[in-house]
Formats: sequence, structure tokens, C-alpha cells
Amino acid sequence: MLALNNVSAGYGSFQALFGVSLEIKAGETVAVIGPNGAGKTTLLRAISRLIDPSAGEMLMEGKLLNRVPQHELVAHGIAHVPENRRLFPRLTVEENLRMGAFLPAARAKFAQRLQQVYALFPRMQERRRQPAATLSGGEQQMCAIGRALMSGPKLLLLDEPSAGLAPVMVQTIFEVVRTMSAEGYTVLIVEQNVRQVLTIAHRGYLLVTGRIKSSGTSAELLATDEIKQAYLGM
Amino acid sequence: MFDVFLLEAVLNGVLFGGILALLALGLNLIFGVIDVVWICYAELIMIGMYAVYYLHAVYALPLWLAFTACIILVSLLGAALHQFVIRPVLSAEPINQLLVTGGVLFLLQGTATLAFGVEFKNLGVQLPTLRVGELYLSTTRLIAFVVALLGMIGMYLFLTRTYLGTAIRAISQDRSVMPLMGVNPRRIFLLTSALGGALAGLSACLLVLQYDIHPAIGLSFGPVVFLVCVLGGLGNIIGGFVAAFLFAQFVSVGGYFFHLEWGYVLAFLFFVAAMFWRPRGLFGGRL
Repeated sequence: MLALNNVSAGYGSFQALFGVSLEIKAGETVAVIGPNGAGKTTLLRAISRLIDPSAGEMLMEGKLLNRVPQHELVAHGIAHVPENRRLFPRLTVEENLRMGAFLPAARAKFAQRLQQVYALFPRMQERRRQPAATLSGGEQQMCAIGRALMSGPKLLLLDEPSAGLAPVMVQTIFEVVRTMSAEGYTVLIVEQNVRQVLTIAHRGYLLVTGRIKSSGTSAELLATDEIKQAYLGM
Repeated sequence: MFDVFLLEAVLNGVLFGGILALLALGLNLIFGVIDVVWICYAELIMIGMYAVYYLHAVYALPLWLAFTACIILVSLLGAALHQFVIRPVLSAEPINQLLVTGGVLFLLQGTATLAFGVEFKNLGVQLPTLRVGELYLSTTRLIAFVVALLGMIGMYLFLTRTYLGTAIRAISQDRSVMPLMGVNPRRIFLLTSALGGALAGLSACLLVLQYDIHPAIGLSFGPVVFLVCVLGGLGNIIGGFVAAFLFAQFVSVGGYFFHLEWGYVLAFLFFVAAMFWRPRGLFGGRL
């Protein structure tokens, strides 16, 4: 579904990604892991069209993404859940979800998708009239994921969903991603929390200083020394 | 001892407050969403008033048609103002943005002076005074109040019940996340500017019924509108609404107890005092 071929990207004279290639097939949950400063955020920003890649191609279902404007990404079926949730604080939960369905095609299916999101996140239904700022961190994460789902995306990009959450909430969020994975959603998840994310992802890529150091199934990756090296400098 | 003149002053204050609230709404909408102050806001209204005058009093178009044309015209002016004047300086320092709209203020004033001359013009629409018991109320003011109220209710419904309205509220809370939902921020800003212009156009229609027109009238109510917005919290729509009625009461009742002009003096004193107490406005911050 999504393919990156030799993508390089950076900020001005500072290059953060060097010839990164990865792919995600429909129905897979793929993790991108790596230490701080590895370029994970840059990778997502490139896919999410916040920055232009300096080289390489990004393809979504065969279509070239490299020059697609940011706001047209959703129309291509990619929904990005940004780091730190970025909900609209003074809008209610339901209004945040409604914003997710802004695209005309999504508006037509609003009621139906809303029910699906509420089924996935019952707590969102309870709190649907509350301003998003009053939710706990974990609930905000659920709301943010729900908002992305409202557009009926083919690919979901999750940017460090466990960041800043209490350990109990981290568990909950990973359970949510596991459920979504089981329901057939295609997910690209960028995470610091290596062990947890590899238990719910099918495959993973290890990104270190802008290059893919290794890749494989979750089981394979967990067993490698490289993971230990990358994170603990062993 | 029941004082009917005091009641009249209070009621007139309410009617005046309604118009002021509508004026404040447009300004707060633009600042709350786009984070730019239209210094030339009152001048846009002035142009709208001239439009109604010429269409109705000079070219004898029916009033409702002149009003509609006015609202459309000022709405387009608002969009044009954003597209050509404000967009280039959106990421510049706020002072540049103020100066640029200040430039438009003088541009509009000068153009109006050249085009329309400096004699005061009046629409010539006279409506009878309404008498309720011993109360005398201006029908024009009453109608203006009702229309302003309807306009504000309409805006409220639009902002809360439609996708575009929700997007406008959303973008004022987090601008950079909007594209992730398929929203092009530039289009929302343009739409908001058109909406702000439409509100200014509506205000023009209501004001032209009550006041004479002159190229410099923007200076007579412009500062008051800013003051009201700041009093309520610049960018805060609810704040502006409340502040408008509060200010209008000071003007009206103060003008009743003391001399007419003292009404404004008292209102300004109230404003200064409120700023000491709450520098960010009675309700603070943005919407």
C-alpha cells in the first residue's frame, strides 16, 4: 500500500534521512523504531507532507506522493495522528471527531463512522460533549485516533502514541492498536517503546541516524543484538 | 417612583448594545481566527453605507436589494482585503499588519472623500416613533436591534452546526493541524474574511438607517468598536457580546443621569477601570 523508495529528507543543509526504503502492505501493522534523533519524526513528516523529500519516491497505492499538498493527503487515504495528540482543546469530543470527517466523502458517512469509533472507544461516547482539553492523556489519544478514523483512511500513521502517557494508559493504547490491527486496519506506528510496540506490530524497521539498520518480523527484531545496541548502546 | 425616562434610557441602551455587539462580532471573528486586527473595519462599513445610499437614494433601487448588494459588496471587500493586503504580511510582525490595514483605512477614507464629497448624506428613510405607554422608542433602532440579534444567532448556528463553522472555530485553536483533516487553512481564512466582511456589510445596512454618512464617520464609531472588543477580550466572541451591552448601558444611562456626552465619558472611564482590573479583557483571550 505504502512504499518508500530511497527517500532522503532533511531541513535545509541538515539531512535527516538517507535513502530510506520501506513498505507497508494492506492490513499490516508496521512499527518504525529507533533512538531519539534517528529521524523517525522526519520520516513521518515526509510521508505526511509537512516537508518535501530531497530524493526518492513515496508511493501510496502506486500514486506518487512527493508533491501532494498536505491537505490533500487525507483524500489519498492517509490519516496522520500527530505526536502529542493535537486535539482542538475547546471543541467537544464529538466536534473533534466531526472535524475528522471534514472531507465531503467522509461527511456522507459521518453517522456510521461515528458509531464505529464509539464502538471502538466507548469512553469517547460517554465524554462526547466534553471539551477535549478536559480529557485525560489516554482519552485524548483515543480521541485523536478516533478523529483520524473518521475520514475512513486506508493507512493510519501513529506518531508516538504512548508519548507522555502514564504506564497504565500506555497499556490501554497499545491494546487499542492491537484491536485495530485485528480488525484489519493498516497502521504505521512510530514508537520509542520498543518492546510494547513489537508485541502488537507484524513487522518493524529499525531506524538509526537516518538509515534503516535492520528490518523484519517483530519476533526477529526483538531477538537481534542491534535493538539492544541501538537503544542501550550495548 | 417609577421613572419612565430611565427605563427609556435603559431600553435605548439595550438597542444600542445590539448594534455594537454585531459590530464587535465581525472584528472578534477576524482576530480570533486569523489573529489580525482590521484597523480599517469601520471604513469597510462606511463604504457599505455609501453603497446603500447610492443604490437606494440615488438610483432608486428597492431597499432590500440595496441591502443585499451592500452585504455582498463588503463581503467581497473583506475577502479581497485578506487576499491582497493581509496574506503577504500574515507571518510578519503584528505591527506591520496593523500598519498595513491602517494604510487601507486612509486609502478608503481618501477614496470616499474624492468619490462622494464631504457633505453629509442621509438615506432619507424615516420610520415612525413607537409609543408604548409613556415610552418612546425609535422603530429604526428596534428593527436594527432585531436584525442584529438575528444576525448573531445566525452566526452562532453557523459556527456550531456546520462543518465550515466548526472548522473556523477549530483553526483558531490549532492552525497547523488542520491540513491533516483535509482542510486548507488558506481557504478557511478567506472564508472567514468574507464572513467578517458580510457582518460589516450587515452592520452598514443597520447603521445607514440611523445615521448620516460622511467619509470620516469611521473615526466616530471605529475606536468604540475596538474598545468594546478589547473590553470583552480581543478575539472572544462572547466577551465582545457582553462588553457591547455593558458599554452601551453606561453610555445610555450615564447620558441620562448627567449630560449626554457624559455618557461616553463614563463608559470610557469604566473601560479604563476594567483594564486595570482585567488587562486581558473581562473574559480574556480568544474564543
